[in-house]
Amino acid sequence: MTVNIKRIPKKKFLMPGNAACPGCPETMGMRYLKMALGDNFVMVIPAGCSSVIQGIAPRSGIYAPILNIVFAAGASAAAGMKAGFESIGRKDVEVVVWAGDGGTGDIGFQALSGAAERDDDILYICVDNEAYMNTGIQRSSLTPYGAWTTTTWTGKREHKKNIPLIMIAHGVKYVATASVGYPTDFIAKVKKASQIRGFKYIHLLAPCPVGWRFDPALTGEIGQLAVKTGLFPLYEYENGKFQLSPLARRYKDPSKRVPVIEYLKLQGRYKHLINKPEEIKKIEEYIESIWYMIDVLEKAFNPKEEARKLLGSL
Amino acid sequence: MNVNSKPVLEEPKTVFFAPISHPSPGSVGKTGTWRTHKPVVDLDKCTGCLICWLYCPEDTIIRLENDKVSIDYEYCKGCGICAHQCPFDAIQMVPEG
Repeated sequence: MTVNIKRIPKKKFLMPGNAACPGCPETMGMRYLKMALGDNFVMVIPAGCSSVIQGIAPRSGIYAPILNIVFAAGASAAAGMKAGFESIGRKDVEVVVWAGDGGTGDIGFQALSGAAERDDDILYICVDNEAYMNTGIQRSSLTPYGAWTTTTWTGKREHKKNIPLIMIAHGVKYVATASVGYPTDFIAKVKKASQIRGFKYIHLLAPCPVGWRFDPALTGEIGQLAVKTGLFPLYEYENGKFQLSPLARRYKDPSKRVPVIEYLKLQGRYKHLINKPEEIKKIEEYIESIWYMIDVLEKAFNPKEEARKLLGSL
Repeated sequence: MNVNSKPVLEEPKTVFFAPISHPSPGSVGKTGTWRTHKPVVDLDKCTGCLICWLYCPEDTIIRLENDKVSIDYEYCKGCGICAHQCPFDAIQMVPEG
């Protein structure tokens, strides 16, 4: 599914004058969500930056009906809302959870896992800005190795939790990763997800200029570099089939990847790592491990014809 | 699933007593005052590719006829993403004042 920018209607997809910081990736993501789904969706927003971006009542900066809910209840509230819509005969309404990485990987994880297991018909989008940006850049379980936050002054010592793979392990209908650096890819994935009935999960990388310490003009560029360096591969998992997105397929070859230092040196949160080759080597090894995992997944979910017959006969 | 049928967002028919917010511009005021640099579009260089419009986080880029662009300075926060993403260097960031 390709997206033609020129065919997107000339209208507002977000209300200007909202409370987002300049260069905010979340408002970019919200615009793409509205472009993909049109007028027929409802957002459920657990606590996070998106709760603040709406601005001050009686005005709202986000062009969609919103339910603001507590951190731990994002997916369960959406599941209930979907059941409510179905009971009044509005099966066409898409219920979208728009949660941050804390609301997905740390505090909201039990609700997410529960909704995934029940296969509730909702679209869960995790906007991953890799820390608790709204409360003042505290470490989350999705903060990558070596990144500075206000609670990890010398850089985090653990690697990022791989939520998309955990969701694939739940056996849900659709899992995808996307980056705000590639808007058309994200729009296409949301459109595809909205056609599927069942639990859908999209992991959207959102480079935050405030927390990652870079110039706001580079939001899109850093989103692209994360993919080009191989740190954040774009892939889709649909009904037992795993495939890399066309944009990320060429970075499977390590020689085609951009050196990871290009990505790190743009961001102030990695400033203390730049002159430490052993730390950069650890990040490079992590990239290798990600792509090894992807290779394994491709082989596991797309077995050769003979292997599939063998599996079918068992 | 047909996503383009009846919209969820409708004008309220009953009077709401709860403080419900409605989407409207300027929910925290005129955010154009936050700006330190303003983007200026060179319409001769603009080809109407709409890359800046797609990347703008604020929806302050206005699509003109023939898909060339102008900027809503009332709300533009001056992040500079449009100038950075423009493949034809048609947008320049100029200091305010």
